[in-house]
Amino acid sequence: MTLSISLTVNGVRQDLAIDDPRVTLLDLLRDRLTLTGTKKGCDRGQCGACTVLVDGRRVNSCLSLALSLDGAEVLTIEGLAKGDALDPVQQAFIAHDGFQCGFCTPGQIMSAVGLLNEGETGDDPERIREGMSGNLCRCGAYAGIAEAVSTARRLRDETARPLRDEDETRRIA
Amino acid sequence: MSGGDDLITRGMPGATAQPGAGHPRAAPAVGHPHPHDSAPAHVSGRALYTDDIPAPRNCLHLAFGLSERARAEVISMNLAPVRAMPGVVDVLTAADLPFANDVSPSGDHEPLLCTGEVYFHGQPLFIVVATSHHLARRAARAAVVEYRDRPAALTIDDALAIGSRLEEPIVVSRGDWQAGIAAGTHVIEGRLELGGQEHFYLEGQAALALPAEDGMHVHSSTQHPSEIQHKVAEALGLPFAAVTVETRRMGGGFGGKESQGNALACACAIAAGRTGRPCRMRYDRDDDMRITGKRHEARIDYRCGFDGEGRITGIRFDQYIRCGWSQDLSLAVADRSVLHADNAYYLPAVQITSERLVTNTASNTAFRGFGGPQGLVGIERVMDHIAATLGADPLAIRQANLYGGPGRLTTPYLMEVTDNIAPELVAALAERSDYHARRAAIEAENAAGPIIRRGIALTPVKFGISFTLTHLNQAGALVHVYTDGSIHLNHGGTEMGQGLNMKVAQVAAEVFGQPVSAVRITPTHTGKVPNTSATAASSGSDLNGMATRAACETIRERLAAFAAERWQVSASEVRFEEGTVRVGAGTVGFAELARAAYQARVQLSATGFYATPRLQWDRRAGRGRPFFYFAYGAAVTEVALDTLTGENRILRTDILHDVGRSLNPALDLGQIEGGYVQGAGWLMTEELVWDKAGRLTTHAPSTYKIPACSDRPRALTIELWKGDNPEDTIYRSKAVGEPPFMLGTSAFLALSHAVASCGDGSLYPALDAPATPERLLRAIDAQRGEPW
Ligand code: FES
Ligand code: FES
Repeated sequence: MTLSISLTVNGVRQDLAIDDPRVTLLDLLRDRLTLTGTKKGCDRGQCGACTVLVDGRRVNSCLSLALSLDGAEVLTIEGLAKGDALDPVQQAFIAHDGFQCGFCTPGQIMSAVGLLNEGETGDDPERIREGMSGNLCRCGAYAGIAEAVSTARRLRDETARPLRDEDETRRIA
Repeated sequence: MSGGDDLITRGMPGATAQPGAGHPRAAPAVGHPHPHDSAPAHVSGRALYTDDIPAPRNCLHLAFGLSERARAEVISMNLAPVRAMPGVVDVLTAADLPFANDVSPSGDHEPLLCTGEVYFHGQPLFIVVATSHHLARRAARAAVVEYRDRPAALTIDDALAIGSRLEEPIVVSRGDWQAGIAAGTHVIEGRLELGGQEHFYLEGQAALALPAEDGMHVHSSTQHPSEIQHKVAEALGLPFAAVTVETRRMGGGFGGKESQGNALACACAIAAGRTGRPCRMRYDRDDDMRITGKRHEARIDYRCGFDGEGRITGIRFDQYIRCGWSQDLSLAVADRSVLHADNAYYLPAVQITSERLVTNTASNTAFRGFGGPQGLVGIERVMDHIAATLGADPLAIRQANLYGGPGRLTTPYLMEVTDNIAPELVAALAERSDYHARRAAIEAENAAGPIIRRGIALTPVKFGISFTLTHLNQAGALVHVYTDGSIHLNHGGTEMGQGLNMKVAQVAAEVFGQPVSAVRITPTHTGKVPNTSATAASSGSDLNGMATRAACETIRERLAAFAAERWQVSASEVRFEEGTVRVGAGTVGFAELARAAYQARVQLSATGFYATPRLQWDRRAGRGRPFFYFAYGAAVTEVALDTLTGENRILRTDILHDVGRSLNPALDLGQIEGGYVQGAGWLMTEELVWDKAGRLTTHAPSTYKIPACSDRPRALTIELWKGDNPEDTIYRSKAVGEPPFMLGTSAFLALSHAVASCGDGSLYPALDAPATPERLLRAIDAQRGEPW
């Protein structure tokens, strides 16, 4: 039986026929919409590599059935930048070397955006780390990730000004 | 460097931010903390990994059918139900393979598909080719396989009982170790069990094979494209020249993609050959964890004599290495355990025996450190045990035994340690981290008997750099300069997150005096640089950096000779610097020069080659110079341990690490920090459990606990040791991939310190790894005289 749903993905409305009720949002994004920026690390909700925002909230897209998301608004890593202008979270990940192999990075960044939207961490590094603990990074880039999230939090407050040189070189000073 | 709540001063002492830093044109190429070359692509999801390459038209997907037994004979395999499943296009067994059925990296035979005998739970039996990944996997489960079980050897003890080994034990010794032990005023004995470790590269194994007109092109997530090329060619009955392999990047490798990608690439190539259609394969995470090899489990038995100061007089190690079912890279891994049994310590009389045991488990393979960590943790345990015996500070015992002083610089394998900085480095870290005062404070606090105990430990690392298989220490590069002045760079190394491409690009930029942004790094490709070694043994930038420099210098010399003639100056008056070319008193743009040289018919393309000098090694005899140099480091870790639950956390870590003259401090810091986290994970939380049937029960991150963001030290400082590599390496830098992994040993021994505080000092805790909460609780109760 084929069912159809309509989703808004990165601002673009998509009407999609779904022939298997088991299709996950992750497979839909990667295989049907060729949005391969969202990664599959475990396919069972345990690594966070597949994190996207659904109606502004972060979810593991490998655990979300596409059919259950009719009418939802999905934001993936590909839709985060405004044209050439990177989101403050993206900028901060570059400035703080918040990655090595980069495979967890899209998930980390979307999770960080979700975390900042939740607005619960304040500037408490402990709560930032806790809030990011659902996103595994096997390269162990956690220091850079945590720094990036707290910098991004500050940058957002300062109305998304672009990073200055001091931000980029701060960490080796 | 005091321990504030969230102190993170990653950085070189004395380094200051340079004005304009961050702008490529102003930045010096080598030594500058350029971010990873793919940084913008990574943060925007544009970085393609093997499974992200858009599916070519008609692409088919593969899955393996896996053995459900650890050791058995396959009596029958009914695959008709598999063929009948939706979407299935083809099913292959060993009998269908047209040529070689072999994926071994070592010349030993390791079948791609089982030929009647099953050797581990999860061994590939057949290949399903279907129209989608999910359909292939679903179909694979429809097979009806009948087995006749045979006795399986799963553990080190099982293998020892039946004498199941890859080769006769290797014995390396120097001096009269028996007399040495007997000469000690004290003698201790002990056993340390070390668990394995799953790589958990976040990107699982993946390959994509594209049939070409007269050969095969393969994309593979591999650290070793040349080996994939060879294995695929053999599987297809083609000359190597008919197969090309390409690797843009990996989502982590850590050694797990040195040989473990062979099976997927061969399967895809064979299926693509049969069907004439592109074929791709990726392992699901739990398949990946079941099928692929891991870090070798090890048992280290020791007997050690020492004097009243804790100086070792003689020592014997028996290392038992669990290799799994096939050889893979195990001999070289076990060799490295032997070669690191001394770590940074002089052992006056020593014997190391190494058993390489075959078991019916996944075939263990390369993993960051490549056997070195197992050997190293063994001697660190001994240092701790000596200290406990004498009631001394373990750091003092370590310092008493470090290499150094007249006649105390020879390794057990007779290589002289000529670059020893361990004593200064350890002393410097002890001082900077305020080790002694903190240890005293912790002991005083623990003496009051709180529920939460703290522990602290400082451990050094000395790690040998080079492949111990000497011929692997070579590399090539290919460089083109185009007439617009842009530089195309290809080298034999692969990028897995370590930042190799950026480091090598920095080398090229430095030679040409151009900004790093002028250098375009291209995917590793066997058609561009042939006969490469795996990107492994931490050697990526050492080898490929040198080869790249050679290629760039060839072109630069041609350009200089041309400019000298054109503008009538001597070649030495042509200098490539600061983004331009100085010719005598004038300057010419690099692009302009390239264009002019082209018009004068000067070749602007060159290859470069490098072979590490002065290596020679006899592995059976255990004698020679297996390493070009050593990399050093040390870490102090402080932990808190809840004695009621065994839960624990790292409070503070201070690291001082030697990377020679850093090519890129930002990337080096990342490697050090990531290595430490991974090493601590191995020894603290990452536990692999097999059931009695030989089934891996921890095949997902739900049950296999790798460190998360919340597990990293509350306070972490990393400093780079200031000092050039005395050997002539690329800009006097040192390799950095593996050595920091072993810094995690300090976390393990800090836990041991916390546990010991629960007793009266008469019983050494002798923790095994990983030190899970269960093990810690058991050790705490043993300290309290309530063993269970
Ligand atoms: S892929 Fe979804 S959580 Fe791992
Ligand atoms: S950067 Fe490699 S897993 Fe996070």
